Amino acid sequence: MSSIGTGYDLDVSTYSPDGRLFQIEYANKAVEAAGVAIGLRCSDGVVLAVERMLHSRLLVKGANRRIQSLDDHIGMASAGLLADAKNLGNRGRDEVHNYRDSYDSPITVQILSDRMSGYVQAHTCYGSSRPFGISTLLAGVDNTGPRLFCIEPSGVYYGYHGAAVGKGKALAKTELEKVLAKEGGVTCREGVMEVARIIHLVHDDNKDKEFELEMTWVCAESGGKHKAVPEDLLKEAEAAARAALEEGMEED
Amino acid sequence: MWGQPMSAYDAFNAHASFPLPMRSAPKAQPVSHTQQPVVTGTSVLGLKFKGGVMLAADNLASYGSLARFRDIQRLHPLGSHCVMAVAGDMADFQWLKRDLGSILREEEALSLTDNHPSLSAANIYNYLSIIFYNRRSKGDPVWNTVLVGGWDEAKKESFLGYVDLLGTTYSSPTLATGYGAHIAQPLLREAFEAKAGLDGKGELPTAEEAEKLLDDCMKVLFYRDARSLNKYQIATITAEGVKISDSKSAKTEWGFAEGLRGYGAQDR
Repeated sequence: MSSIGTGYDLDVSTYSPDGRLFQIEYANKAVEAAGVAIGLRCSDGVVLAVERMLHSRLLVKGANRRIQSLDDHIGMASAGLLADAKNLGNRGRDEVHNYRDSYDSPITVQILSDRMSGYVQAHTCYGSSRPFGISTLLAGVDNTGPRLFCIEPSGVYYGYHGAAVGKGKALAKTELEKVLAKEGGVTCREGVMEVARIIHLVHDDNKDKEFELEMTWVCAESGGKHKAVPEDLLKEAEAAARAALEEGMEED
Repeated sequence: MWGQPMSAYDAFNAHASFPLPMRSAPKAQPVSHTQQPVVTGTSVLGLKFKGGVMLAADNLASYGSLARFRDIQRLHPLGSHCVMAVAGDMADFQWLKRDLGSILREEEALSLTDNHPSLSAANIYNYLSIIFYNRRSKGDPVWNTVLVGGWDEAKKESFLGYVDLLGTTYSSPTLATGYGAHIAQPLLREAFEAKAGLDGKGELPTAEEAEKLLDDCMKVLFYRDARSLNKYQIATITAEGVKISDSKSAKTEWGFAEGLRGYGAQDR
């Protein structure tokens, strides 16, 4: 992207001669600069986690969350511009509400992803708007089972077993592959431990600011609802993650 | 008729559920939105006790004077620490359930997102009163009388409120709607005041006493209210949350009725 722009990036609705939309690629840059967000589809539910960077010591603990609830059974984690994420979250809640009004049944994660991605895509079509500077993980358990989707700034969305977006996503993805390669899959409880470990692994203590680990899940233990992972389990997972990191360093 | 006392007939027929509204042939007249209830539930009761609130409602939805639906739950939980007991039009009740359900769901979603507290019973009660007053002002009332019972987790105290189709609201440690306001409310007050005193500042009835009192009142209502059913439920709301009982019946005695003219087969 060193030769960026050259006049083809002044507008989302203008292609470059080789068929690229620069504004969307810039939006992806905004995502890559953000703390990592991870989603893991387990055998009995889904787990969402984000590494929430603390840019000031004056911030209130637990504030400015990056994971939102959209419906009883669906959560959303995002990496990128938080204000964009809040706006997309509001739109998501509108869609959920609208669907229930029409059909008197809870929306599936797939349909919600489809509708929200349409909204994201619409922001890549007009000169009057800019694309969303976020990648969004949508996770939930519906009548088709545990589901996980990722919506990118271009508006494209795919379903995943495990997904990572934001800074250090490459490393996180290889780790997720290892986790998912386990015979018999992972349960949500195991998933929480693994995802906490991966986030601590991806976090660069030297370069990055301090962070808070934010984790939610949808599983039998949370009553099929999107809820924060219980405090004690989160503490346990973080302690195990730190221990695993130190062990790894000794081996090096 | 405003400002006039109700006729005895109207007073005992608050929902105008009997006789069934008759439809007359359309006349060339302005469009009228005023409506009548069709399938109705009779009175509901509410009572504060030590550590919580109890609500009672029977399982009947009447079609006029016909006991049409006999397995309708008229106690509806709203979130973890609130229940509403609903009398009046059952279609409007079902609409209310939907409307409140979607608001509660959205607030619940936001409570995880922003860590703000979820809606309390007092919030829900206020919301209902606004809806009811607005709709009556449009001449299209939500044809219900609702008792809202709840436990306020922040204040550590119970909540009990009344709101009706006009948007009238009031609060009291014992409440009853419709026919129950005439028949059961005096019994509830008498028992409550005997324990807690006239100012209600004494010891409140225990859960056992409260349930016994509601059982008694539901029995009396079944004896006297022709729109009632001897199959009812009691909701208990405490700090632990909401518990709605299975349907139960009061033990009744009809032997005395044998001597009454008009009771039983009409062959005399």
